[in-house]
Amino acid sequence: MTTIEVRGLTKRYGSDLVVDDLSFSVEPGQVTGFLGPNGAGKSTTMKMIIGLAAPTRGSVTVGGRQYRDLPVPLTEVGALLDASAVHGARTAYNHLLALAVSNGLPKRRVGEVLARTGLEGVAGKRAGGFSLGMRQRLGIAATLLGDPRILIFDEPVNGLDPEGIRWIRDFMRSLAAEGRAVLVSSHLMSEMALTADHLVVIGRGRLIADMGMADLMHANGDGTVLVRTADPGSFAYHLTAAGGTVRDGLEGSLVVTGLSGEEIGKLAAYHGVPLSELTPQRASLEDAFMELTKDSVEYQGAVV
Amino acid sequence: MRSVHAEWIKLRSLRSTWYTVSCLFVLGLGITTLSTLGANKDYWGRTDADRAVWDPTGRSLKTFIVAQLVIGVLGILVVTSEFASGLMQTTLAATPRRNKLLAAKAIVATAVAAVAGQVLMFASFFLGQAVMSAGDVPYAHLGDHRVLASIVGGGLYLSAIGLLAVGLGTIMRATAGALTTLVGVVFLVPALSGLFPSWMQGIFDFWPTLGAAAIFGTVPDANFPHPWVNLGGLWLGVLAILTAAFVVFRRRDV
Repeated sequence: MTTIEVRGLTKRYGSDLVVDDLSFSVEPGQVTGFLGPNGAGKSTTMKMIIGLAAPTRGSVTVGGRQYRDLPVPLTEVGALLDASAVHGARTAYNHLLALAVSNGLPKRRVGEVLARTGLEGVAGKRAGGFSLGMRQRLGIAATLLGDPRILIFDEPVNGLDPEGIRWIRDFMRSLAAEGRAVLVSSHLMSEMALTADHLVVIGRGRLIADMGMADLMHANGDGTVLVRTADPGSFAYHLTAAGGTVRDGLEGSLVVTGLSGEEIGKLAAYHGVPLSELTPQRASLEDAFMELTKDSVEYQGAVV
Repeated sequence: MRSVHAEWIKLRSLRSTWYTVSCLFVLGLGITTLSTLGANKDYWGRTDADRAVWDPTGRSLKTFIVAQLVIGVLGILVVTSEFASGLMQTTLAATPRRNKLLAAKAIVATAVAAVAGQVLMFASFFLGQAVMSAGDVPYAHLGDHRVLASIVGGGLYLSAIGLLAVGLGTIMRATAGALTTLVGVVFLVPALSGLFPSWMQGIFDFWPTLGAAAIFGTVPDANFPHPWVNLGGLWLGVLAILTAAFVVFRRRDV
């Protein structure tokens, strides 16, 4: 009972249908990537999950209950929707203290989450002077105050430097490894490829895909192998005979489908053909994402 | 209680809170000093009939006119600073019961307004009487008729303004809009009240700076024979605004 359940969620602002009959669930022990182009309705959905916005239709429950019915919300859900949402004149310590006290959490939790996010040294500094990366850490520290089983982050790596991105990524992974349910939104497929176990893809407020990362890779052109050899013509014949489909790639290479890299290697050894390259091609997740969402981006750029 | 404690931590952890409170006292007592220094000329220039209604207490408490604006700023910021920074999202994630959150904010802001306002009223009274005593003008003692009632009523008046500011801040969500509205209520409407139709006088009897301010006087005023009723009317009006604030705060998306 530690999951987020979204059922038939719909949000309408005037005539704009921002979220349209969306259903998915977030499971514990994994990072669920919540992916979609800008304006797809990710943030609005997250706001509805934690009760900041009221759904026009449908329901969201966390741990089987509506968010506003949680007796001590911070112990069940930690949510970071906007890292810049701190009062610049308040110190990191006092910001966290007020949140902890509002949920009856002991003061020592403030020190603990500051330590876990590496902010002990700046606890007494005003948050207004923090870099974006430090603000992200402060925001994450706040989500951890109540040691919740569910964590929600909206675009946590936006605007961060590579080191900050890496830190957040590793942090998400470690939270999931502790058995927590982690929901992370992003408009960057490449980022999700490195972080998420499961993907929920939306576009124009509608669900486009809800699948494991491995399934997505498989479903989108996984399984081609790039082969390079001195005599591509004769090896292509052997490959076709062994059941593969071969087409010509760049610079005399062969692109093979229907055979695994291992099978192609064995085949080359059997026929005594020296290979200069044998590379299984992973589907580009970026391509898969573009393919999935091409009909649903808000403003499509023309190809020049 | 947790929410009230959390709101108090938030308020006390901002330097701007203490700057505003300091500002309240510097400005408030400064105006008391100047207005009571001017009392000498004013008193001796009067006719005997006017001297009979000389009100040294009311004179020393006139500083409420500026104090109500400073206290209003404090009350407005308790709400609007969170909307401006987006912190309201984090706050509501931690305290999703919105009535509880707004009640906590209202309690903390009103308590600060009550304590600061009451201390200012006493300080203004004593300072003002001391200045007038030195300036050879008739002055009042704390035990004189209606003096204590005026001072305590003054504190309650300022508390009501603090609460009104919380309501305005919640409804407007922006500092500038809420502050403009407050200035309109406490300064502009009273300045223009003479131009308005007579049926509006019924409302003005309970309006800040107008009827509700009758509480600051110690000399009987034929227009306001029962100043506590006027002050009570102000409180009722403020509670009506606050009720509207609770309704919109519950219903709006953040």
